[in-house]
Amino acid sequence: MSDDAGFMTVLLAMFAGAIRVSTPFLFVSLGEMLTEKSGRINLGLEGTLVFGAMSGYAISYHTGSPWLGVLVAGLCGSGFGALHGYLCKLPKVNDIAIGIALMLFGTGLAFFFGKAYIQPSAPRLPSLSFGSWSDHPGVRQALEINPLFLLGIVLAVFLWWALKNTRYGLTIRTTGDSAPAALALGINVDKVRLLSTMAGGFFAGVGGSFLSLYYPGSWTEGLSSGQGLMAVALVIFARWNPIYCFWAALLFGAAGALGPALQSIGISRGYHFFNAAPYILTLLIMIASTSPRRSLKGAPGELSITK
Amino acid sequence: MSVAETTTPAPRAIGVETIGMSKVFGGLTALDDVSIRVSPGSFHALLGENGAGKSTLVKCMMGFYQPSRGSMLVNGKQVAVPNPRAAHALGIGMVYQHFTLVPSLTAAENLVIARADTPTVIDWTKERKALNAFLETTPFKVPLDVPVSGLSAGEKQKLEILKQLYLDQRFLILDEPTSVLTPDEADEVLGLLRGMTEAGELTILMITHKFREVTAYADDVTVLRRGRVVGSGRVQDLSVEEMSHMMIGEADIRESAARVAQPEKTLKIELAGLFADDDEELPAIEAISLKIHTGEILGIAGVSGNGQSELIEVLSGQRTPRDGRIFIDKKPYEPERDQMDRFKVFGFSEEPLKNVAVPRMSVAENMAFRTFDKAPISPFKGWLSPPPMRKRARELIAAYRVKTPSTEEPIENLSGGNVQRAILARELSGEVDVLIVANPCFGLDFASVAEIRAQIMDQRNKGAAILLVSEDLDEILELADTVAVMSEGRITYQSPMAETDRATIGHAMAGHH
Repeated sequence: MSDDAGFMTVLLAMFAGAIRVSTPFLFVSLGEMLTEKSGRINLGLEGTLVFGAMSGYAISYHTGSPWLGVLVAGLCGSGFGALHGYLCKLPKVNDIAIGIALMLFGTGLAFFFGKAYIQPSAPRLPSLSFGSWSDHPGVRQALEINPLFLLGIVLAVFLWWALKNTRYGLTIRTTGDSAPAALALGINVDKVRLLSTMAGGFFAGVGGSFLSLYYPGSWTEGLSSGQGLMAVALVIFARWNPIYCFWAALLFGAAGALGPALQSIGISRGYHFFNAAPYILTLLIMIASTSPRRSLKGAPGELSITK
Repeated sequence: MSVAETTTPAPRAIGVETIGMSKVFGGLTALDDVSIRVSPGSFHALLGENGAGKSTLVKCMMGFYQPSRGSMLVNGKQVAVPNPRAAHALGIGMVYQHFTLVPSLTAAENLVIARADTPTVIDWTKERKALNAFLETTPFKVPLDVPVSGLSAGEKQKLEILKQLYLDQRFLILDEPTSVLTPDEADEVLGLLRGMTEAGELTILMITHKFREVTAYADDVTVLRRGRVVGSGRVQDLSVEEMSHMMIGEADIRESAARVAQPEKTLKIELAGLFADDDEELPAIEAISLKIHTGEILGIAGVSGNGQSELIEVLSGQRTPRDGRIFIDKKPYEPERDQMDRFKVFGFSEEPLKNVAVPRMSVAENMAFRTFDKAPISPFKGWLSPPPMRKRARELIAAYRVKTPSTEEPIENLSGGNVQRAILARELSGEVDVLIVANPCFGLDFASVAEIRAQIMDQRNKGAAILLVSEDLDEILELADTVAVMSEGRITYQSPMAETDRATIGHAMAGHH
C-alpha cells in the first residue's frame, strides 16, 4: 500500500467517522444551543445523553422498534430538562450546579437501570445507502448514512430559520439576552426557559439513543466518554449559531475518528493519543475562544458565565 | 391649580388623572394622597428628588404596584390597572431609564416582538413594509436592521419611544429620558415629542430633575417631596427658584465651597498617550493625554459609554492599558497599592457599593481598606487588630456625619448618601495629592450632592490635583477649572472653564468639534 493510498484511506475513514460520530455531538449541541439561547446553561446534558442511550436501547430491546426507542430516549431527555428547568426557577439556585448534579444523577440512574441491558442485543437503527454509485467499498461504507444524521441537518437549518423568523424564536432570544426586557414584554421568563431546556433535553436524549442504537451500537457504561460536556464547548465555538453547530459537530466527529482511522491503515502507535483528539480539540478551542481581556462575542446576555 | 377643562380633547392623545393615590410599603408611606391631572395633548413634568415618590407614582399608574388608596381616571373614566398589560390596553406606555430593548435583536425584531399579536411565523417582507409605513408617520428615524447593541444611546432612546408609539400607546411616561443623551440629542428627542403633543397625537408625563428641560418643553409641572404633592401649576407661571424650593424644602444644604485662587500651579499628574481596549477587545480609549496641576479640577464631560469608565479603570489599576504611561511628579506611576500609597492617590465613584466597597463587610472594615495593613490597625505584618480599626471608624463616622447604627453594620444596609460619605471619609481623611472621581453624586439626594461637591472643592483648595469624570454637565460646570470632552474614546475638546460655555461643550459631546 503506497503512502498516498494510505492517506486517502485515512481521509475517507475520517469523513465516514465525521458523519457517524458527529450525530450525537450535533443533537446535544443543538439542544444545548437552544437552552443557552433562552439564558440558561444545562451541563446535565451529559447525563441526559447517557440516560437516553440506555432508555433507547432498553425500549428497542423490549419492543423491537428502534425508532420507538429514539422517541422514548427523547422524552426521557425532556424529563431531565423539565427537572433542570423547574429547579433553576427556585430562588438562589445556580444553573451550573444543578446541571452538574443532574449530570451525575442521569449517568448514575442510567447505570442502575442499564445493568440488565449490557448483555442482550437490541434491534439497531437502519441506515440509508447513498454510495451505490461507487465501486469502492470504502466509499460505499462511508456513505451508509443514518437517517438521524439527516434529521439533525434539517433540525439545525430549521432552528436557524426559526430563531429569526418565528415568534417563538424571537421570544427565546429575548429571554436569553435580557430578562428585564422579556419581563417588560410580558414574557414568562421561567416558562420559556423551562420549555427551551425541555426541548434541549429531548434533542440530547435523541443524540444518546444514536450512540446505543447505531454507533457504536450497543449499551455500555463507557458509551459517551464526555460528549455531552464537549457539546458545551462546541456551542461556544459555534457562537450559538445552529448552522455553525453542524460544522463544529462534523469537526469534532472527524477528530474523534482520527484514532480508529489511523489504526485502520496500521498506524497503531499513539492510538490512545489520537483517540484523545476531541478532548485536545476542546481544550484548544476553549483557550482560543476565551481571553481575560474580552467577553465572549455572541453570547446570550443572560448566561451566568457571561454575566 | 388645575388645567382648564376647555382644552379640546385631541384626536388621539389621552388624559390621565390620579385621585388621592397612596402607597404604603410596610411602615413606609412612599406615596401620600397624590392627585395629579395630565390633560390630553399636554407635556407634564414630574419633578422631585430621589426617593420623593416619583417612581412609585408612575409604577402605580402602570400597574406594577397596586395603590393602597386612591383611584385613577383615563379620559375621565375610572379604571382599574391590575397589571402593566392592563395599562398598555388603556394606551399607557412607559419608557424606562434603563433600556428595555434586547441588545442582540435588530430594531425591527425588537418592534415586532413587542407586539401582543406577533404572528407565529413572521413574514419579514410584509412586516418591513408595515414598519416603514409606520416610520413615515413619526418624526423619529432609526436604522431597522442593525442589532440594538450597535445603536447609539440617542438612537436607542428614540427606538424605545418608537416602540411605544408602534404599540399605539398615546400616553407616555418617560423616566428621566435624557440621562444618557448628549444635550443636543436630548433637545432633539424632547423637541420631537413636544411637536407630537402640540399636534394632539400624544400626552407625556416626564420624570426629571433637570429644570432646563422643564422650562423648555413642559406645559405643566407637579413637584413631589417625601411622597406628597408640594406644588403644581403651569410652567410659565413658576420660576426655577420656586420649583427648586418646592423640591428641596427647608433642607439644610451646604453652601458650595468658594474656589480659592491657586497662585503657583505645578504639574502633578500627566497621562501620556493612554490606549486601552474594552471587553470586546475593541479600542475603548485612544491617545488620552492630559495634564493636571496642583489645585486644579480637570472635568471630563461626555455621554456615558464613550470610554470614561475604561479610563477610570486604567487609572485605578482595574484595566491594563495597551499603551501609554502615567506620571506623577514627573515619575512613572503604576496604579498599584504601594504606589497609590506613596503618591497619595485616592478616588471614588458612582454606585460605591458596586465599585469601591464590599457590601457585606462592616462599615469599619470598609473604612479601613486604605489603612488595614499599616500600624496601628496592623501592629505586625499580616496581623489585624480590630480595636484600633473600630476606633478609627468611629472618628471618621463622626467627622463625616455617616448615619450608621454601629461600626459593625454591613455597609450595604446604609442609605446611598451614607455609603458615599463613608467612602469619602476613607478616601479624603488623609493627605490627598491626586484624586480620581467618577460621577460621585449619581443617584444621591441634594444634601449629599452639595456635601460631596463641597468636599471635592475643599480638596482642590488644599492643593490636590483632581480628575473629575462626570456625565452630569452641570457638575462639571460647577466644579471644574478646566474642561475636557471625551467622545468615542478620545479627548475631542479641552478648554479652561472661563473660556467656554455649555453650548460649546454640548456640541463637543455630540462629536461636533
